[in-house]
Amino acid sequence: MPSTRDIRRRIKSVKNTAQITKAMQMVAAAKMKKAQDAATQGRAYVDLLNKVLVSLQERAEENVHPFFSAGQGSKTLVILITSDKGLCGAFNTNLIKKVLTSDLGPDTDFVTVGRKGGQSLARLKKSLIADFSLKDPASFPDLRPVAKLLQDKFLSGDYQKVLVAFNNFINTATISPSLEQLLPINPVTLGGKRSYEGVGQGEVVDSSKGPVLDYSFEPSTAEVFAQVLPQYVSNTLFQMLLESRASEHSSRMVAMKNATDNAKQMLKDLSLEYNKLRQAAITNELLEITTAKMALE
Amino acid sequence: MLLEIVTPEGKAFSDDVSGVVLPGALGELGILPNHASLVSTLVAGELRYTKDGKTHDLAIGAGFAEITGSRVNVLTEMAVRDAQIDEAAVQAALERAQSRLKEDVLPEEIAAVEAAIANSLAQLHLKRKRRTI
Repeated sequence: MPSTRDIRRRIKSVKNTAQITKAMQMVAAAKMKKAQDAATQGRAYVDLLNKVLVSLQERAEENVHPFFSAGQGSKTLVILITSDKGLCGAFNTNLIKKVLTSDLGPDTDFVTVGRKGGQSLARLKKSLIADFSLKDPASFPDLRPVAKLLQDKFLSGDYQKVLVAFNNFINTATISPSLEQLLPINPVTLGGKRSYEGVGQGEVVDSSKGPVLDYSFEPSTAEVFAQVLPQYVSNTLFQMLLESRASEHSSRMVAMKNATDNAKQMLKDLSLEYNKLRQAAITNELLEITTAKMALE
Repeated sequence: MLLEIVTPEGKAFSDDVSGVVLPGALGELGILPNHASLVSTLVAGELRYTKDGKTHDLAIGAGFAEITGSRVNVLTEMAVRDAQIDEAAVQAALERAQSRLKEDVLPEEIAAVEAAIANSLAQLHLKRKRRTI
């Protein structure tokens, strides 16, 4: 049976833990608010870009840009966006599990954004070609090397397609691990399959409605596509990073809230036990005193 | 005609206008309702739109515009109004970017720094134009 001193010590340590998790919960909540705002605001841009591209792609001639056709290679490149830090529940584990259980083809190379993904892929001895660590809050210029790397890799002809694995932010309680194709740009992923479309004011892309428009391009078709497509790729990737950051902070907040609640429950149980022990000790002492007194009389 | 200006930070402008002038890559583009469908790249510069007979202007960054008969979608990295421009801050940013370009910049950063310079110049131009009148 533990002594009252042991229990006191445990109460103290649990109290400390609760304080720390509470503080981390507050920090995550503040960061979550900012990350969520960034993610929801960015959606308008990507939505419109998507919409424009859907209507452009239908009218563009074949082979107008290499991003529209599958690469010559047989390999698959997967960009895995995870967090840098832990203590965020099943955030990274679920995503990595999703990637590993998906059928990616025999030859897959990985690029990771975020330390956690890099570490676990390295443990699994996967072929990792680059590992990026981006600071928080995410900024667009930081992402540029990542976007450039994947476009170069795709254009080099070794890869058939480029996929991105990230946690899509739906709301604070729900995040969904997603695996989406980024390159070649295909109308299925473009055509409004994003789960966040319709969450904001974005309408669902439906190219079958409305008259077919015959666009003219200025300065020229090739130049317009050469500017729009890389922009589409980096902005979509950035949006995915924002979604992932918003999900990260909300899942960390939820994890820390659970930890705080558990610690509080534990404190309650421990103080009950402590008080029982204390009362037992007092009763014992009283008994001893009375017995001693009675023996003296 | 619906004009929509969207930046990565959110929707900057969305309203019915009677005409808009865009800084196209080949020169200024005047767009009136029922314009032929067009996609054009834009350079950093000044965007003017007319609403209720009054002309308003914005400084925008590089991007592109999709024009259909009834709407103009402008996707750009920056869109600011005259009142939002802090001239001193923009001037400082411009000088910082220019001095960075003189030092050794990583090759992949040159485009970004040049875009920053173009954006700053577009803002300054808009701000100073207003003052001379």
